This record gives sequence, C-alpha cells and structure tokens, in this order.
Amino acid sequence: MIKRAVRYVDERSGGAPFIRKTLRYVFPDHWSFLLGEVALYAFVVLVATGIYLTLFFDPSLTQVHYHGGYVPLQGRTMSAAYKSAVDLSFKVKAGLLMRQTHHWAADVFVAAIILHLIRIFFTGAFRKPRDLTYYIGLTMLLLALLEGYLGYSMVDDLLSGMGLAIGYAVLMSIPFVGANLAQLIWGDPYPGRHEFESRMYVGHVFLLPIIIGTLIALHLTLVASRHHTQFAGRRKTERKVVGVPTFPGQTPRSLGLAFSVAAVLFLLGGLVQINPIWEWGPYHVASATNGAQPDWYLGWLIGALRLVPSFDLTIGHYTLVPNAFWGGAAFPLFVFFLMFLWPSLERRATGDYGFHNLLDRPRDAPWRSALGAAILTWIFLVFVVGSADRVYVLFGLSYRGQIWAMRFLVWIIPIAVGVITKRVCDELRAGEKIEARRHAAEAEVVA
Amino acid sequence: MKRFLATVLVLLFGRLRRRPRLERERIVGTNPPDSRAQMLVFWLFLAAAVCGVAFPVVYAVNAIPHQTQFLGLSLGLCLAFIALACMVMSRSLVPVEEIEEDYPPSSHPEEQEKVEQIVDESGDRITRRRLFVVGLGAAGTALGVALLTPLASLGPVFDVSSFFRTPWRRGVRLVGEDGSAFRAADIEEGTFYTAFPEHADREQMGAPLVIVRLPVGELRLPPERKGWAPDGILAYSKICTHAGCAIALYRKPTFAPTEPRPALVCPCHYSTFDPSRAGKVIFGPAGRPLPQLPLLIDRRGELRAAGNFSGAVGPSWWGVRNRQPRS
Repeated sequence: MIKRAVRYVDERSGGAPFIRKTLRYVFPDHWSFLLGEVALYAFVVLVATGIYLTLFFDPSLTQVHYHGGYVPLQGRTMSAAYKSAVDLSFKVKAGLLMRQTHHWAADVFVAAIILHLIRIFFTGAFRKPRDLTYYIGLTMLLLALLEGYLGYSMVDDLLSGMGLAIGYAVLMSIPFVGANLAQLIWGDPYPGRHEFESRMYVGHVFLLPIIIGTLIALHLTLVASRHHTQFAGRRKTERKVVGVPTFPGQTPRSLGLAFSVAAVLFLLGGLVQINPIWEWGPYHVASATNGAQPDWYLGWLIGALRLVPSFDLTIGHYTLVPNAFWGGAAFPLFVFFLMFLWPSLERRATGDYGFHNLLDRPRDAPWRSALGAAILTWIFLVFVVGSADRVYVLFGLSYRGQIWAMRFLVWIIPIAVGVITKRVCDELRAGEKIEARRHAAEAEVVA
Repeated sequence: MKRFLATVLVLLFGRLRRRPRLERERIVGTNPPDSRAQMLVFWLFLAAAVCGVAFPVVYAVNAIPHQTQFLGLSLGLCLAFIALACMVMSRSLVPVEEIEEDYPPSSHPEEQEKVEQIVDESGDRITRRRLFVVGLGAAGTALGVALLTPLASLGPVFDVSSFFRTPWRRGVRLVGEDGSAFRAADIEEGTFYTAFPEHADREQMGAPLVIVRLPVGELRLPPERKGWAPDGILAYSKICTHAGCAIALYRKPTFAPTEPRPALVCPCHYSTFDPSRAGKVIFGPAGRPLPQLPLLIDRRGELRAAGNFSGAVGPSWWGVRNRQPRS
C-alpha cells in the first residue's frame, strides 16, 4: 500500500529523494521554537472560519431597518453589513461559533506572532543568515495588525465606526499629504463613500490574506533551506544541527499542537463571548460609547494617542503636525522602523558580520537584552495607558493622575528595566565564569 | 452476538503479528512497544469520535439550549482529544530518536561567480550601457505611473474643499434624533443634547452638534462671539478635533470639590473641552478647540443656526486652519 503510493508519486514527480530528505529533516527541540507554529495554526483556523463567514456577510452600507429576532435592535436603522453580521450571529446555526472563533483566532494569531518575535529577538535568531526571514516575519506582523483592524471595522457596529474614525484621523494627521490620502482611501471626507466598505472587504478577505499566505510560504521556505537554529549543547554546534526528525518524531508533536490550537480556539469561540456586536449597536457618526476598548493588539496605539499632550504643531495657519500623528502614526512607525533596522544596527555596533546557527541565551548578549527589555517595557506601558479609563473604573485611580504620571513613567521605567536587565545578564555571566573556574579547580584536585 | 464480541475482543486485545520481513538495516530508531499507550490513544480517539458525533446532534436538535456553547464544546473537545492522542503518540508510540545533520554551507562562492559571469557575458553586446539604463528607467517609470493613474479615481486627491463643507448656514433649524425641533425653553442645565440640521444628511462630520446650557454669567466667550449663545445656550460640533470620535460625555460636577467646571469629554482619548470658554481644550490630546456654531432663537422660540462653525470640524490635518467652513 505505502510502497505503491510512494512509487506513484515518485514516478510522476521524481520526488522520492526530496521526500526522504524532508522526512528526516531535523527539528531542534525547545518549547519556544513552537510559538511560530501556533501563529501558523491560528492562521489556518482564521482562513477556515473566515471563508465560512463570507458566505453570510453582506459588505454593504445600504441603510436598512432591523426586524429580526433580537428585540433591543427592533426597528433601528443600520447598514446591511451590520445587519448581516447580527443575523449570522443569531439566525445562522453555528454562525456565532464561527464568528467568535474567528475573532479569538485573530487575537491569538497576533499574540503568537509577537511572542515568536520576542523569542527570535532575545535569542539573536534574526542574525545572518536569517535576517531576511526576520524581515518577512515583521512584515507579516504589520499586515496582521492591519488585517485584524479591517476585520472588525467592516462589521460597522458602533466600535467599528469609532475605530475607523480614529484610523481616519490618524491618516489625516500625516503631514503634507494626510488629507489627500484619506480622501483617496475613503473616497470622500469621513465616513466616506459607500464603496469604502467594499474596499475594506476586498482587503480583508482577499488581498491581505493572500499576501500573508504567500509570505508564510516564503518564510517557511527560508527557514527550511537554512535549517532551524538551536541552543549550543553536546554535538550541537555551528555546523551540526541536532534534533528530532520530521517523521516520525516531529509529526505527532506538530499535529498535537495544531489540534490543541484549534481546540482552544473553538472552545473559546463557543464558551467565551467576544465582541458582542448586538450590544454595541449600529454606528452613526454622531454616536460613541464610553469605556470602549479595541482588540488588544491595537491597545498600544490608543495608549499613545491618549498620552500626547494637547498641541498641534503649526506654522501660521498651516498645520504642520496634527496631534494624532504622534501617537497614532509616529510611535508605531518608529517601533517598526527600529525592529526592521535592528539586525543591521546590531551588526554595525558589534562588528559581528558572521553566520550564526547557534542561538544566544539572553545573557550572552547583555546589551541587546537590555535594550530589548527597555523597548518592550516602553511599549507595554503605553499599552497599559490604553486602559487607563478602565483602571479608573476598577481601582479608582484618577484618570488624569494616571496620564500625568505615565507621561513621565513611560520614559523612566524602561530605562530602569534596561539597566537592571544589563546587570542581571552580567551577573549571570560572571556566575558562570566562577562556576567554570571551580569545576576546573576541582578537576585539578581530583587529578 | 458471539462473533461481535469476539471481534471487539480481538480489536482491543489482539496484537498485530508482523509478517517477518527481509532483514535490513533500520533507518528509524527503535523503542519497545508500549501497549498501555496504545490503549490510551485508542480511547482518546474514541472520545474524539464521540465528541465529533455530538456536534451534528447539537446542530440538528433545536430543543438543546445554549447551542453555540455546546457546538463549541463538542467541536473543541473533539479537537482536544485528537490533540491529546497525538501527544501520547509522540511520547510513547513513535520511536524516540535524536538525529543530526550538517547545516547547509553558508554560501557557494563558485556558483555565485558563475551566476555573475552568466549575467555579465549575456550583456556583452550592449556597449552603451548608460544609454540603455536611461531608456529602461524612463520606460519603467512611465509605465509605473501609467499603471498607478487609475488609482486616482478612488477619490478626489487634490481638491480638499469638501473638508470645509458643512450642512449649516444661517436659519437652518436644529432637530433632535427623532426630527423634532428644539425649543430654547426646554433646554436644561446640567445635561447635553445632540442636534442635527433639519433636512440634511446626518452621516457627515459637519452635521451633529452638542447643545448645552450654562448660566449666562459663567460664559467667557471672546468678544467677537457675543450673541452666539442666546440665553446661555451653546452649540458645538459633536466631533472631537483630535481623532473624530463623537463627544458623548458631559462632565457636570455634582459635588463641588471634584472638578470645578462643566466640560465636554470625548470617550476615545478623553480630550476635554470647556463649553463656557469657546470649546477650549482643558485636558487630553486634542490640538484645537471645538468649533462653535452661533445660535439664534426664532419667533417660535426654536433654535436655529445663526451662521456656520467658527472653524473647520473634524480631526486636524495640514489645511484645517486655512479656511472657514462653508455651507
């Protein structure tokens, strides 16, 4: 049976040598190497549930009246898009399960990418020959953020509209060209032409998924052609990679992980409510709600928008830099710019232009770890500010007090974290040296 | 019945007796078989099958309450049991082995040189390279521009006049969400109202207003806006000048020591505007005051616009301070 299948494939594709090699491809073993896989499986769930949703969603801003089964919305004016999203939640059997699973999968997708990125950064896995793989990964993160934003924006519930208004304002705030770009994308001043909904839709269900899918393929091809990185160990050197073969060793592991990810996502989708759009209601330009929070991966932008003090940079009547630019555009662009630049910055700073198949432990590169920890803390603190109003509601800490304190703390705490990380790394390394010396001395005594 | 039982027993306890194969060197490492793990995997797969079957049952039987929850539970558990079976397999059923392989060579200098040579020699016949590059560059750029041109149809690129257009002009009546007019006498202190221009599209940033009433003595409007707030009734654009959200909060201090003055607050980033001082920003990120709409009270005691806004509405952009809004 197996023999016949293999012969069939080989005689038609000539692929037997390739298959044999693939089956015995080496996967170094460490739990943190699986984070990227989690993102991959979340993407698969996203595509599957997403296709199902497109079978029911109507991307149209035509205004209709609701006369469905959900009583609080009876008779309300809303877009066909919002109505179809409510209907596919209530009327379509399994529709709500699919919608919620899709939403959870998006949140997990971005989270897995970011954890994967953090692992890659602190172990120096982005160094040559894998810097290109790293750039592709970063690009996917950027696209994933945009993809998620479009996804919850096109539903046209109240939170969608508020998010879009903010996105529009951030685009408008780009110096010299912002208003022109915004008019190009929206087709008109906000809320734009009806076609804007189709533009979001084609982006969300067609363009971005295809680009992300293509980049995933490229990413994995590059990973495989250069082989995985590994931590140094017995027999594990710059020249030799040691680990479990694809088949049989890695296959049940990866499948187990894939099914686990899918299981968690469907359990979340069925049991834990997310984005109950019927509670927000349809969006109208004149409505907004208090206590709105975006999906978690955009929280850092809300935080940054809130932190910037009140000013537009102007020259006479000309508005050079509108306020929303700093938090909404300059901040994330700077972060991504820095991440894209990091491999070459580090090469230049350390003078290390060599190939690296062995990973650093974070302590092995104290400066990288210190700066990385500082930047991560900086972003995290800004992210926390995005929930300052919730913190006020939950803990009674004055909102204005929090904002004023954080305007300083987002600079001070990261520096402190950086200094501490550097110290910890240095101490750990010093400790290892002492340990090694003691072992050597003991060996001498025994001898 | 007997045969059925026998089948089940064989399935559960029978061990596959492998046919003796030709002696050959193993590629895959080997460990002794683990019959407990095999049983475990079987039961896990069985549990997955049960959960999988539950899904269509839950789907089909309308009498089952909490359908979404049970659908998620059955599908999720089905997947979870398969995942567990895979994990047991990876730990106890497949050979545990550690293999090694050489990393691929870091580069192939000879091949690199060959590639370079091929490209180099292929261009031998072009002797006037600069001319060629200039021509190619011109054609490429032109083609790029030509292909991008249709994108300009997406929206007006250079004409920014529509950012200054609002549906307000002198005499337009203010109406509420239900379309009824606002009588000045009905506007109370300590709350705010949302108003729209009568007979106009409400889904544009220039349309919605917030209306508040303050004691006339507390108003600190600049002298050129004298008369914009008849009887202390003030109208501002409802769209925040920071990021375009609707201003949906009115801070009206009920207890004296907390916050001294009433303020309009945007719930997105908490830009806070002082309605008594012409919409001045007193906290938060907004960089421009809220545009104010001059009001008048007509003979029937209803509110009408007395002109257009004091400045452009909506979030800031490069030209937002250049012009006054038009109807």
